[in-house]
Amino acid sequence: MMSNQEQLVYMVNQIARNFATMGQDEAAAATADHLVSFWDPRMKTQILAQYASDRSGLSPIAADAIAHLRDHLIPSGQTPATVFNAVNEAGHSDAG
Amino acid sequence: MTFTREIDHGTPPAIAGGKSVSVTIDGQTVSMPEGTSIMRAASLLGGAIPKLCATDNVESFGSCRLCLVEVEGRNGYPASCTTPVAEGMVVRTQTERLKKLHRGVMELYISDHPLDCLTCAANGDCELQDQAGAVGLRDVRYGYDGATNMGQAKDVSNPYFDFDPSKCIVCSRCVRACEEVQGTFALTIQGSGFGSKVAASQNDDFLSSECVSCGACVQACPTASLIEKKVVEIGKPERAVVTTCAYCGVGCTFRAEMRGEEVVRMVPWKEGKANRGHSCVKGRFAWGYAQHQDRILNPMIRVSVDQPWREVSWEEAIAHTAAEFQRIQASYGARSVGGITSSRCTNEETFLVQKLIRQGFGNNNVDTCARVCHSPTGYGLKTTFGTSAGTQDFDSVQFSDVILVIGANPTDGHPVFASRMKKRLRECARLIVIDPRRTDLVKSAHIQADHHLPLRPGTNVAMLTAIAHVIVTEGLCDEAFIRERCDWDEYQDWAEFVSQRERSPEAIEALTGVAPEDVRAAARLFATGGNGAIYYGLGVTEHSQGSSTVMAIANLAMATGNIGREGVGVNPLRGQNNVQGACDMGSFPHEFSGYRHVSDAATRQLFERAWGVALDSEPGLRIPNMLDAATDGTFKALFVQGEDILQSDPNTHHVAAGLAAMECVVVQDLFLNETANYAHVFLPGSTFLEKDGTFTNAERRIQRVRKVMEPLNGYGDWEIVQLVANAMGLDWNYAHPSQIMDEISALTPTFAGVNYEALEAQGSLQWPVDASAPEGTPTMHLDGFARGRGKFVVTDYVPTDEKTGPRFPLLLTTGRILSHYNVGAQTRRTGNVAWHPEDLLEVHPSDAENRGIKDGDWVLLRSRAGETTLRAKVTERVAPGVVYTTFHHPTTQANVITTDFSDWATNCPEYKVTAVQVGLSNGPSDWQEHYEAQAKQSRRIETVVAAE
Repeated sequence: MMSNQEQLVYMVNQIARNFATMGQDEAAAATADHLVSFWDPRMKTQILAQYASDRSGLSPIAADAIAHLRDHLIPSGQTPATVFNAVNEAGHSDAG
Repeated sequence: MTFTREIDHGTPPAIAGGKSVSVTIDGQTVSMPEGTSIMRAASLLGGAIPKLCATDNVESFGSCRLCLVEVEGRNGYPASCTTPVAEGMVVRTQTERLKKLHRGVMELYISDHPLDCLTCAANGDCELQDQAGAVGLRDVRYGYDGATNMGQAKDVSNPYFDFDPSKCIVCSRCVRACEEVQGTFALTIQGSGFGSKVAASQNDDFLSSECVSCGACVQACPTASLIEKKVVEIGKPERAVVTTCAYCGVGCTFRAEMRGEEVVRMVPWKEGKANRGHSCVKGRFAWGYAQHQDRILNPMIRVSVDQPWREVSWEEAIAHTAAEFQRIQASYGARSVGGITSSRCTNEETFLVQKLIRQGFGNNNVDTCARVCHSPTGYGLKTTFGTSAGTQDFDSVQFSDVILVIGANPTDGHPVFASRMKKRLRECARLIVIDPRRTDLVKSAHIQADHHLPLRPGTNVAMLTAIAHVIVTEGLCDEAFIRERCDWDEYQDWAEFVSQRERSPEAIEALTGVAPEDVRAAARLFATGGNGAIYYGLGVTEHSQGSSTVMAIANLAMATGNIGREGVGVNPLRGQNNVQGACDMGSFPHEFSGYRHVSDAATRQLFERAWGVALDSEPGLRIPNMLDAATDGTFKALFVQGEDILQSDPNTHHVAAGLAAMECVVVQDLFLNETANYAHVFLPGSTFLEKDGTFTNAERRIQRVRKVMEPLNGYGDWEIVQLVANAMGLDWNYAHPSQIMDEISALTPTFAGVNYEALEAQGSLQWPVDASAPEGTPTMHLDGFARGRGKFVVTDYVPTDEKTGPRFPLLLTTGRILSHYNVGAQTRRTGNVAWHPEDLLEVHPSDAENRGIKDGDWVLLRSRAGETTLRAKVTERVAPGVVYTTFHHPTTQANVITTDFSDWATNCPEYKVTAVQVGLSNGPSDWQEHYEAQAKQSRRIETVVAAE
């Protein structure tokens, strides 16, 4: 059974594997974007700590992604991997 | 209010789109669609030609000979049910000759029918009685001596209805309903002439037969021959309230027929657009759990989970809940608490729980059961199309030419929709089933899949990519559609990827176990067979590549141009009655209502202005992350409404450890469920019969839930959440759920036009409902995708890390059965226990033989996560190497076996792929014994002895 920290490493490696066909740089950016969009602050802090202390278990894409995360921690509304529709209160449909 | 049955026009409407003809009936001239029967035309005019064998949800039959009419210029007396109107036709329904004919027919029927009307359960609600009165029958000249069909034994085997052959008039309505409406073909007319009688299967009793207890026959029966036991027990209903079922994502609407506050029966509402007057055993009959003895009606608290519960007042329970959450946040931080919304509660209630968490707790630690079922649908369809929901309505299937069902078993999981699908299949549509198991859809009465691809669990993405390979390399893509509607560059990248030889059916044969020629044939059929529709379920999403599989499905639909009209589309079969609604209402930790990210400043400001507080811009914890954080010591309190994570979430040991690590677990539910074993506060909830609100089904259809009785626990669920919110200082003042919907509408663009007045006027509304679509949106992406251009996403096959090996050589996958619903909290407390009293492990004969296992043996099911014991069922429905079980009974502890592996994008658990070993057992596992003892201990309620 994995520890919580091992679980986080596993998860980021798994995300990175599923973006791998994009190529190293794009996959790393997409993985970082995924962490920004879907991981809560605790999980982000923990994976950054893991990266700082021991990145041997991280795949190359995952490691690059966490470096991106570290450097650009403030999330933005629009992201390349998971594009969200524009929304405005004037009633433009955000259908989804 | 006077109770009235819905009008039965006798025969179905004509097929739409034809021309109109002018017909005169009893002196009234009217225009009717060509193909309308004379009977239906007369009924629409307000008249009522006598009838017995005709009913408007099945095709006309012409057997009773009661509905005869005179048609000017035609010889004889044609049956009005089988005679269509024609231009210039003149019809008379009442003449001296017709009166004699009508009475003669009725005389024959009554000569062989019991005359116990005053004590008959159908008294006052019997069509035979009505027609005898309508035709003016006064005596029966034949007498009652001689051969008779009266005095036959009743069949009372079914828990919900009786069959009395003595009262049967052999009109065949039940047989035709079973065929045409339900599609099970369980009933026949046995014998001939005077000896004709209705028989279930091979003259079995109803319970033992193939009958699935949908009740369509009972509804169709014009006499008391087939009648609900509750009508026999209680009497005739006096009023009816239309409401929506609380079981599955089909969202059947019913007339709850009442006597006072007692439900007599639930009759499917003919105007219901999701179910069109049909239902399954659960919605129609299994609502008695609302009054079950297990139901908890008083709030309870306890200091620790090893103590018995103590009943307290609502004031004490609410104050304690608020105080605990505030204490814990003060001690451990704002993000140390969270909640889980219910996919069984209404939209309004779900909205309030996420509002409590966001406005009250000040974080985004909210999640819902969609996490463990269709969260990949949200991710996958949002990415590819721009919408986190299916693209069609259920009516769309009647225009499909090729239906592809992957990872779904609708005959069990969405039975009313399955009936409609099967009707289309019997007409002409072709069927492809991709499933490890030979589900009923593969082969059953009058249904046979053109192609069944029994792939090895865990290989969905490889299979769908192989299908795409065939479509692209054989030039079967709809290039015009792609160029117009999708991103061409992304399509080319995707096409190049799927075209590679290693993606071909031949290359993946060893992986999937499916012959490449079958894959090629299925691919060609889907691409060239006409309107192609894809329906999928949890066999797609509950995998480590669930999101990738959803995107692969979307890729196929776009590549073949099967989006944006009726008969096509991508159709996720959402499980729970309101899981779609729960997601719509912002139950995910990263999204507000309407699927807008919490980091989006404009959206956040909208909510901040409305709610008067600053809101967290960071995504919160998903359910599995909450449990991880709990064992880490950073997550300490959880508010759970209508959800049983200890039974339904994977890796039971881990869930138990997470719950045990928390200081305050609040469960709001109907019963002391498994999660309540670890709870400190129990707030008794209300059923769908006891509140107003709305549910949103798998079609994005928002439908009303209407209160038919006062809540036995004292409050609707939304009122309880409001009490907690106000105890935490939030000052909510909702007087009725319609006000909550008004707030949802003001804050959620896709719900902008939704309000209770509009729902009353329209019956239901499919979102988006806004200025551009004030009556809702049955079919999405008509002229363009919600995101602009459709996005092709390359979905590389990444094998699951859950591997078989010498210790665990088999793969376990899980699913549902018709008579029970999910964890069985409701259905196990109804007559449905007559079917499926326990979960069984389906094992292929070769795997069983290798292990010395016979049908019915107790077996030990072991995985790397744990072990449990259940009985075996040896069957060829599963392939060698695959075993299957359901999870409706907590004693099975099926999730002790399932692992922590999950979908890469959403953490949806990989329930469908667990490496296991099976062997004979001599009793329950240690965990099962320990668990049962612990559960019994945990459910003790302190008895307070009254003072002298």
